[in-house]
Amino acid sequence: MTQSVVVQVGQCGNQVGCRFWDLALREHAAVNKKGIYDEALSSFFRNVDTRSGNNGPDIYKGKICSLKARALLIDMEEGVVNEILQGPLKDVFDSKQLITDVSGSGNNWAVGHKIYGCQYRENIVEKLRKTAEHCDCLQCFFIIHSMGGGTGSGLGTFVLNLLEEEFPEVYRFVTSVYPSGEDDVITSPYNSVLAMKELNEHADCVLPIENESLLEIVNKIHQMINSGKLGSTVKQNSLVTSSAGSAKTLQEKPFDAMNNIVANLLLNLTSSARFEGSLNMDLNEISMNLVPFPRLHYLVSSLTPLYTLADVNVPSRRLDQMFSDAFSRDHQLIQADPKHSLYLACALLVRGNVQVSDLRRNIERLTDCPHAVLIYPFTKSQSASSPFYRNRLKPSLHFVSWNQEGWKTGLCSVPPVGHSHSLLALANNTCVKPTFIELKDRFMKLYKKKAHLHHYLQIDGMEQSCFSEAVSSLSDLIEEYNELDATKCGPRIDPSRLKIAI
Amino acid sequence: MSIVTVQLGQCGNQIGQEVFSALCSDIRGTHGLCSKKENGSYQDSCKERFFCEEESAVPVARAVLVDMEPKVISQTLSMAARSGHWKYSSHSHFCQKQGSGNNWANGYSVHGPRHKEAIMNLVQKEAEKCDRLGGFFTIMSMAGGTGSGLGAFVTQCLRDAFPTSFILNHVVWPYGTGEVIVQNYNSVLTLSHLYHSSDALLVHENDVIHKICAQLMNIKQISFRDVNQVIAHQLGSVFQPTHTAGGGSGYSRNPLGELMESLVPHPEFRMLGLRNIPQMPESSLPYSTFSWPGLIKHLRQMLIANAQMEEGIDWQVRPPSSIPSTNKPLHFNTSIANLVILRGKDVHGVDLGSFQDPSLYTSWLNPQDAFNAWKTPRAFNKYEKSAALVSNSQFLLKPLDSIVGKAWNMFASKAYLHQYAKFGIQEEDFLDCFTTLEQVISSYTNL
Repeated sequence: MTQSVVVQVGQCGNQVGCRFWDLALREHAAVNKKGIYDEALSSFFRNVDTRSGNNGPDIYKGKICSLKARALLIDMEEGVVNEILQGPLKDVFDSKQLITDVSGSGNNWAVGHKIYGCQYRENIVEKLRKTAEHCDCLQCFFIIHSMGGGTGSGLGTFVLNLLEEEFPEVYRFVTSVYPSGEDDVITSPYNSVLAMKELNEHADCVLPIENESLLEIVNKIHQMINSGKLGSTVKQNSLVTSSAGSAKTLQEKPFDAMNNIVANLLLNLTSSARFEGSLNMDLNEISMNLVPFPRLHYLVSSLTPLYTLADVNVPSRRLDQMFSDAFSRDHQLIQADPKHSLYLACALLVRGNVQVSDLRRNIERLTDCPHAVLIYPFTKSQSASSPFYRNRLKPSLHFVSWNQEGWKTGLCSVPPVGHSHSLLALANNTCVKPTFIELKDRFMKLYKKKAHLHHYLQIDGMEQSCFSEAVSSLSDLIEEYNELDATKCGPRIDPSRLKIAI
Repeated sequence: MSIVTVQLGQCGNQIGQEVFSALCSDIRGTHGLCSKKENGSYQDSCKERFFCEEESAVPVARAVLVDMEPKVISQTLSMAARSGHWKYSSHSHFCQKQGSGNNWANGYSVHGPRHKEAIMNLVQKEAEKCDRLGGFFTIMSMAGGTGSGLGAFVTQCLRDAFPTSFILNHVVWPYGTGEVIVQNYNSVLTLSHLYHSSDALLVHENDVIHKICAQLMNIKQISFRDVNQVIAHQLGSVFQPTHTAGGGSGYSRNPLGELMESLVPHPEFRMLGLRNIPQMPESSLPYSTFSWPGLIKHLRQMLIANAQMEEGIDWQVRPPSSIPSTNKPLHFNTSIANLVILRGKDVHGVDLGSFQDPSLYTSWLNPQDAFNAWKTPRAFNKYEKSAALVSNSQFLLKPLDSIVGKAWNMFASKAYLHQYAKFGIQEEDFLDCFTTLEQVISSYTNL
């Protein structure tokens, strides 16, 4: 079993991170009735003997003594981290896992990346090494941050770089919250584009999140609960937005609902690596199957169900509904339109009592092509290397020509808290292109006028070229997606096979 | 003679556990409709072949379990132990922590060399426990990273360390519509490598077994466990003891050797398909009666028409007429060699002449050499009469061609190649594998 370490950077990163740890404890408490420290727990938590104080030794087996998160909390302001340390989760973190400062980054990527990066580099490396040493087999770093500010964006991507340098074999999954168009931080386009370059070059997988989508999900749930339309009551702890049953229940803050969604995303993503199932899907498999070309590693995520009704036995139609929902925009965590763009690859991670036949039935339904017609040459005179044909009904999801059945599936037996089953869909789809194009446009609007540029250029180590390189990196990425999109409408010509001399 | 089973990866270990379970429950089952002496002989032979009797009196499977992550092996070990009727040795497994990430190159080029010594030590220990080693049976899938990549590497090691032993690879082919996106790459790499070190590949396709579960077994919500149990039943019907031509009056002492001898006359043709009849839910068995002529007729048509199960057989397909012509009729499945295994009541009187019809076969072997039959009056797994067919024919031609076609399509776009290059498998390596398989496809097409 492997371990993962979460690095939460900046205000947003730490708030989301906090929700993650809370819900992770809730999930493990629901599964682990005997209070034994098992391998599933060890993926995110250490078991520390705290009887003689916080610096006790790690306990690898046996009863749970004190669980400590495998995490690094980084913020250049103290407010958020202090709140975490005074709240109900204070025992989950130890003071040696924190790096804070006082004055913040002033929403300036350069301050975060160049000034604080330089200043705290050694401190960060040392603390990362410590957390890695506590791991038997470290597989993955999860970075949580936002793109629009200064610390999460600048220092967060600095840490990303560091991770690649110091731990090249360990995967780097980044959960990035992208700013919306009406973001109140004026320089957020600069911060985001500068950060994008780092994500392009140093991340293995990026899960972009947009606040608008999270807000829409929260509102949808509110509406649904308050409309009184549903006959049965909703199980409170099943809401993808809820903290019910966790340590924090009494102190819900406004962003908690939205952050819980992201926390649930991470829990579902890692569920098959932590718990058993009939078809396991580990984190390294996600990266292997969903990243066909090194820079195209941006994955659109959608989570279902958003809630579960109490007292309802789930017939298989409901199960099928879950699959359809995963491909509807209401369940996505970014504002994009995958159905009208091109799928490069798609992963379905199912949790709970779902079997392979349910999976197959739904994949067939989604690709809308239950009876492919293949013609094979079968007479002696033709060689076996003629192209094979497929006669397709109009499919509802468009997959790229070289990956027509591009599905990666996983079945994990343990459902999330409050649900009997759930589905996480991760799609590598060209629909992220418009998001990036918009980002680039907002960037150019400011850059052309050189607005606020001096705040960045006055920082040691920052030059105009940093900006031009960053926007060029983004343009290249957009161009790669363009090239793939171009293949969507053309006629399907399979390359001819190798011919064997008889 | 004993067979050592090597279970590789999640699929290999899950299936392996079901196989030993099926074998054990079969020999513990009620009489098997034959004489007590026959039954005793059967049980002894099965136990010698697959289990080791230790002081604990619960038979211990002759198996080595290998996986690159721990969850599946620990589940497998505990499920076996829970049965109370058999178990795995507590020292016969090897696992690591991180898995192979569905990356064949990771399994083959990294995990393989790194763990070769440890794994081969376990195999050596199991081999030494056998009075006479009859060969190796490996179980793996070809879609993932460990079973496929590490499996290919281990097979090579087995060949190097035991040059005169028989190696039979049981390979599971994934569902056509994706379990793993890079499954076609992994499959091409696995099959081409196995072709060089294995004696024969015995294939099961998930799509086919799934259909059997849905249509014959009437299972509503099919799980991988159901699929694996059907596979285990089919494998059991081949590997449980039988009387063979070369075996004298007792049960055959060299099943793997005799299998290879009957079915693999030429190294270019190693792909074996498996069919089994009848197949039905256990609850229906008491209400069904079978006749040998009926079973044989269906089995033969399943062979000729390349039917995957006993429903939906195309009865229109006929072997080519005796008038020589250059074109074989479309959809007719030409065989190189066939092996039919009969188990149950009244086996000895069964007429298998229809399988000896020369028009079923290529012209290389004498019809009497191209066809073999193994029998035992001892019924298998509660079926009063059952017949299995292991066939070296064009059964797997279409699926193989499909896999190679899809893999080639992806290869032409260079997608995912960087993931393999990271661990040392380059484009040229892929090309070599494609060449090997196109050759195999061509050979089977031109039978």
